[in-house]
Formats: sequence, structure tokens, C-alpha cells
Amino acid sequence: MTGLAFLLLLTASLLGFILNRRAARSIRATGAPMHSLTNYHGGFSSLLVLVPGFVFLVLWILFQGTVINQMVMGSLPADVLSGLDDGAVNLVLTEISSLAAGRVFGTPAPWKIEAAEYMTALRAAASWLMIAGLSAIIAAALFFAFSRVRADFRARQGVERIILGLMIFCSSVAIFTTVGIVLSLVFESYRFFSMVPVTEFLFGTNWEPQIPMRADQIAGAGAFGWLPVILGTMVITVISMAIATPIGLFSAIYLNEFASPGFRSFAKPLLEILAGIPTVVYGFFAVLTVAPALRAGAADWGIAMSPNTALAAGGVMAIMLIPFISSFADDALSAVPRSLRDGSLALGATRAETVLNVLFPAAIPGIVGGILLAVSRAVGETMIVVMAAGLIATMTINPLDSVTTVTVQIVTLLIGDTSFDNPKTLAAFALGLMLFIVTLGINIFALRIVRKYREIYD
Amino acid sequence: MTDITPDGAADKPWASPRAAANVKKRHRSELVLKSLGLGAMGIAFLMLFLLVSSLVSTGWRAFTQTHVTIDFPVTEDRVKADQIARGNYRGLMQDAMTATLPTFSEARPKDLADILSNAAQFSLRDRVVADPTLIGRTITMKVPVSDPYDQLNKGLIDRETPEQNRRLSNAQIAAFDALVADGRVSKPFNWALFTNADSRFPELAGLKGALVGSFYALMTCFLLSFPIGIGAAIYLEEFAPKNKISDFIEININNLAAVPSVVFGLLALAVFLGWFGMPRSAPFVGGLTLALMTLPTIIIATRAALKAVPPSIREAALGVGASKQQVVFHHVLPLALPGILTGTIIGLAQALGETAPLLLIGMNAFITAAPGTPFDSATALPTQIFIWADSPERGFVSRTSAAILVLLGFLIAMNALAIFLRSRFERKW
Repeated sequence: MTGLAFLLLLTASLLGFILNRRAARSIRATGAPMHSLTNYHGGFSSLLVLVPGFVFLVLWILFQGTVINQMVMGSLPADVLSGLDDGAVNLVLTEISSLAAGRVFGTPAPWKIEAAEYMTALRAAASWLMIAGLSAIIAAALFFAFSRVRADFRARQGVERIILGLMIFCSSVAIFTTVGIVLSLVFESYRFFSMVPVTEFLFGTNWEPQIPMRADQIAGAGAFGWLPVILGTMVITVISMAIATPIGLFSAIYLNEFASPGFRSFAKPLLEILAGIPTVVYGFFAVLTVAPALRAGAADWGIAMSPNTALAAGGVMAIMLIPFISSFADDALSAVPRSLRDGSLALGATRAETVLNVLFPAAIPGIVGGILLAVSRAVGETMIVVMAAGLIATMTINPLDSVTTVTVQIVTLLIGDTSFDNPKTLAAFALGLMLFIVTLGINIFALRIVRKYREIYD
Repeated sequence: MTDITPDGAADKPWASPRAAANVKKRHRSELVLKSLGLGAMGIAFLMLFLLVSSLVSTGWRAFTQTHVTIDFPVTEDRVKADQIARGNYRGLMQDAMTATLPTFSEARPKDLADILSNAAQFSLRDRVVADPTLIGRTITMKVPVSDPYDQLNKGLIDRETPEQNRRLSNAQIAAFDALVADGRVSKPFNWALFTNADSRFPELAGLKGALVGSFYALMTCFLLSFPIGIGAAIYLEEFAPKNKISDFIEININNLAAVPSVVFGLLALAVFLGWFGMPRSAPFVGGLTLALMTLPTIIIATRAALKAVPPSIREAALGVGASKQQVVFHHVLPLALPGILTGTIIGLAQALGETAPLLLIGMNAFITAAPGTPFDSATALPTQIFIWADSPERGFVSRTSAAILVLLGFLIAMNALAIFLRSRFERKW
């Protein structure tokens, strides 16, 4: 039915185009001076049908299910839902919809069958209503557009106004996305904080996010203190930055100052390949190659090492960050005015002295900004740590231990289980909110530094 | 008069031994910095080399699969003519294996049949169901062997290790060697890697479901992010007044480009799945999420491409009476299109490798059939890699590497296309 509706919309829009263009052409054939080209007359009608029809269909599809579910649940006998919690009510609804889809298990209660029939009827009615509503919109748009075809009608302005509106809408998608991110994170985190106190989350030193399966379960209450998780994130970030920063900076210096143009044109893209490799690949590399190698190396030295170490995850993350840092540093070094470099060389300084004493201090703000952006990437990086870091949150700064990170916890809390009514799954949103705030803060700070620096020489 | 030193160092201070030593020291520190830089680059390249070579060295084996040719006598007591689909094909496999390896008759028929992949009975069944006249005759079929024997044939199981530490007993290895000696074992290219969907059995697991899922997700992502991105970029670059609102939009776009991908997964989970009730694990929802992530990339690339079109073209078109939108859509946009396409392809390549948001919307489900529509449950290439990397069976290690090689192949192809577009259509004004 939905496909049919979209087909109807497209046909109507095409029809509107043809009708109005023909009408405009016949006016032009009389020799009247037309304000707009005939194609604009057609396009006006076409867009006038397409835009509201499309909006109507999308809204209808988005909200049809929710409204029908509400109506079905409202129609149930009063006593059957009393005393049930949210989860049980949802279960009833799922059962009814699977009945309505024709999947019958056992012998359901008669009121459920009744509800399922009601749901089927509602769905059929909704489909027809959708087609009817769409037809009404199409007819009104077609009629309105057709009635406007006149020699002096400013069809081009009409079309351009609609297109401008569409473009403004496109631009605001970014705002909608941001609002959506903030709203969903804040909303779900609010529900989490109504179950777990904020102070416990922010200052607790114990992260064991489980929920009791039974009321009398021993040690069933989860502990939601995020300090060990953020500490683990920091450990891995520090490790990866400690490896990636010198390598990235030295690479950038070499590329910028010493490399021949031929070497540079070959080495720079090769470095950037490292940035384009999907992080799930790095994760597998860490698990398959790096972690066993580190473990074997540690065993040779007689050091006990857990299978998932912060060192393996951080080390592999560093590989990913090298090109990121080196290209930022390269840009920053290149942005230093030629005159500074030439002046230093002319005074007899070697290239190394020029780089270290003149270019580097001048480029420092840009480099620091780039490093900060890399830090924010390391904090938000998911797949490498999901595959290579551990799951247990421990308060440790030993890089040979297994640590867990914010992103690992978000993913593990949400894989498989998505009923949003317990602190375990909602905790992921609280972590997501903190991650969003932290990375956003770093990003804004880093971009400010980069931008401020650029203003000096421009 | 001043003292004249014998070697004349006073009028040539740069030639004094102290100065020479100094110069030497300075040159040495130059050399140190240079070699540090080279060393850093060397480490980076070494890592790239290690990464690729470790993937290739484990992954290439998955591109072949050990098969064995067996004669299956389809007897009527195993498969009844009136119930073809429900015949005892497992029994048929055991019969065929005991007949093929008569010297191992004391081994249990089940053990011999375990040499064959579990799928053999189903492909046998499909053959017979398709052609019922085969009952009573013997079918010769080439079927994949199960994972341990595949590993054995590829030399991944060391025959020297003590028997109890090995996955296959001496008798099992001897049975397989008898098949090899019989000339029944072959190792053709593993087309099943591309034509099968996921499976719990490594010898059957393929990428088709993931490829189709990734295709649908990328298609959705492209259909949404390309027009919206171009629309947004054109508005911001050509039409937007410089005011607070357009500044706000710009800041938003830049921020979105730097939001961690897992946060987009949370958004999709809460909004698309939770509030709008869209289907879980569907490539459509995955594509929607990826579109939101790709959007900033496309907008930024498109704006750069539009900016590169010289103002003279706009002015010329305006001069002959075109409206502002006609200028943009008839003249500027076609000239900027190669740059826009390059940016779009690079954005889509990033989206293809993105994993974390897809995990959160459940695209890591175990699904044994390729999705028919973008609304069916599916996996994608990166999530398939994640699933296989987590699987305990040995055979999945090489499958995972092979899947990564396939994914990297697609990424390289996309990037090559972008580079080709850029070099082919690049214009110097």
C-alpha cells in the first residue's frame, strides 16, 4: 500500500507537470507574452503536488503504528491490563500484533484475538485513509496549480521559492540531527538518573551494570559509578597519544622539511591509507596479531599480562591516529609564512634548527589543536576498544591490565537487550551523554585554538 | 697590531677547530632529526605492511575451500518416493562414506560422515527434490568438507602435535588421507564466500547477506545524504544571508563531523527504533543513520567544490539575465559536480566501513539469508567482520581476514574511482 501511495504521488506530480506545461504552451501559442518559461509552469505544479504529498506520507507512516497501537490498547477490556508493569503491557501488545500478522501460538485468550482483529481492521482503514488523504492533497494541489496558469503568472518565482525552501530544510537537517542527539541522550539519561542518583554515577568507583533478574537475587543491584570507566578511557587515550604524537610529529617534520617532492607525493597518500582503514579492521588486527605478540613478548620478560590489555588497544589506536596528527601538523607547518623559514635559513641556521626553533614554535597552536582533535577521536573510538580492550571495569592505570572504556560499555550494554526500562540499558545513554559532552568540549576547544592561530598570519 | 696566530683563525673564525666542531655537532643534530623523521615514517609504513600482510597471510586461505567428490547412492529405503523432502539424507551420507572408505568400516558411520560439511545433506536433498527420478540411482557430487578437515588440507593442523591436543584423531586423518590418495579431494576457488549468507559452519559461511545488506544501507545513505547534502551546501554557499542562523547551521555541521560514531548509534536507537518504531536490524535504518554521519562530509566537500568555481561564470550568467537559481543549477553546479562526486564517494567509503552505529541498531544479528528488501533484517560487511571475529571456530579466523580483504577491496575501488574522477575532470581556471 505504501509503495502504491508513493507511485500515485509520482504519477500525479508528473501529470501536474504535463498538464500545466501544456496549458502554458497553448497560451503561448496565442502569442501572449509569457512571464515564465513553460517548463516552470509545469515544474510549479509538479513541486506543489510532490512536496506536501511527500511530507504527508512520511508523517503518516511515522505515526500510523503508534496511533493504532494506542487505539488497540485503549480498546482492551478494562481489567486485563490492571496491575501489569510497562514490560508486561508491551508483551501483550507484541502478542496482539503477532496475532494480527497471522502468527498464532497456542490458544490465545479471546480478548486478544478480538484486539488482533480490531488491529487488522484499523490497519486496513489506515491504509485507505492514507490513500484518501493523499488523493485529496494531490487533487487540491493540482487544481490550485492548474488554476494559476496564466500568461502573467510568475511561475519561475514560485518554483524558486519552493526550491529555496527545500534547500533551507536540507540545511536544517544538521540542526535536527544535533537536536535529536541531545534530546535522546538527555531524555534517556534523565530516566536513568531518576533510577540512579547523579552523584553515584559521577563519583562512584564501582561499575557493575547488572540488573536483578529476581527480587531476592544476591548482589543483584548494579553499581553505576563511571569513574573506573572514564579512567580506563583515559589510560587507553594516553597510551595511544603517547605513541601516536611523536611518530605523527616526526613524520610531519620529515615530510614538510626534508622529504623530496617525489617521496612526499608517494608517502603522504600511503600514510593517509592508515586513516581510511575501517576501525573494525584495526580491532581484528589488535586481537589477531598485536595482542598475542605483546603477550608472547611479555612472557619472555616474565611479565604476566592479561589477554585484553590497554596496551594492545591503545597501541593499535595509535596507528590509526598517526596520519591524523601528521596531516594536521603538516598543514600547520606549511601555514607558517615562507619569510620566517627563509629568514632563519639565511642567517645560517640548519634546516633542523629552523624547524625546531622557528617553524615549530610558530606552528604550535595548530599542532596542539590537531592533537586535541586526535584525543577526542581516541576518546570516542569504538570498534578497536570493543574488540581489543576488556569488559570489566577496574580502577587501574597499569597499561598491562585489562581496562574498559566508555564506548565499550555503551556497545556491550546495548547489544541484544533494548528494553528501555531498566537502569542497565539506560546507563548506556548516560555514558553516551558524558561522551558527547567530553568530546564536544575537546572539539570546540581544539577548533578555537586552530582558528585563533590561523588569524595570526592571514 | 693584534696577534697573528699561526693558522690565521682570527680573521677566519669559522675555520677554527671549535667552530668546526660546532658545525659538526649542528649537522649531527640535523641528521638525528632527519633520521627520527624517517624512523617515524618507517614505523608507520611498517605497521601498514604488518596489518596488510597479517590479513593476507591469514585471509588468502579462505578464498579456497576443500571439496571432496563422493558418489551418493540414493536408495529407496533412505528416501521414499512419496516423501522426498523428508528422506534420511544424513543416512545417505553415511552410506556413501562407508562405501567410499571400506577400509575404515570399523569406524562409526557418523564419524566418516562428519568429514563432509553439514550442508552436503541439504544440497543432496535439493538435487533429489528437483529431480525425483534420481531415486534408485547414484549421484556423484562435489561437496565441501567440514572445517577441521579443511584446516587439515590447508596445512593448518599440525600432524606432529600429540593426538589428544589435536582436533582430529589419527584415524580421522588417515581416513582423510585415503580420500586424498583416491584423488577425490580438490581445492577450488571458494565461490560460496560470495554466494552464501552467514552460517554457524565456517565452511558454509559466506558474505552474501552482508554484501546485500551493505549495498542497501549504502544506497539508502546515498539517496538521502547526496540530495540533502547538496541542497544544504548550495544554500549555505550561494544563498544564505550572513546572519546568526546560518552561522549556527555552520557550527552545527562542523560539530556533527566530529561527534563520535557511537553517539549516532545511540541517536538511531532512541529515535528511529525507540520513538518511531522502525524495524530492528534493517539496512534502511542503518542507511538512515549513516546518512546523518555522511552529511557533514558531503556538505563540506560540496561547499569547497562550489567555492572553486570562479565568480566570472556566475557574473556572466547573471549578466545575460539568468536568475540566481538558474545560475547555480545551470552553470555552477555542473562545473562543481566532479568535486562533489569525489567528496561523496569518499564519504560513502567512510560510511561503508562504519561499524559502531550499526551494532547499536542490531545489524550484528545472526541471519542466514540475504535480505530481500531494505526493511528485512540484515548484517553489513563491517558488522559481519565483527561477528566472525568473535566466533570461536578456527575456520572463522581466515574468513574474517578474507571478509576484511573484500571490504578493503571495495574501499580501494571507491577511493580509486574518486581519484580518477578528480584527475579526469579537474579543471584549472
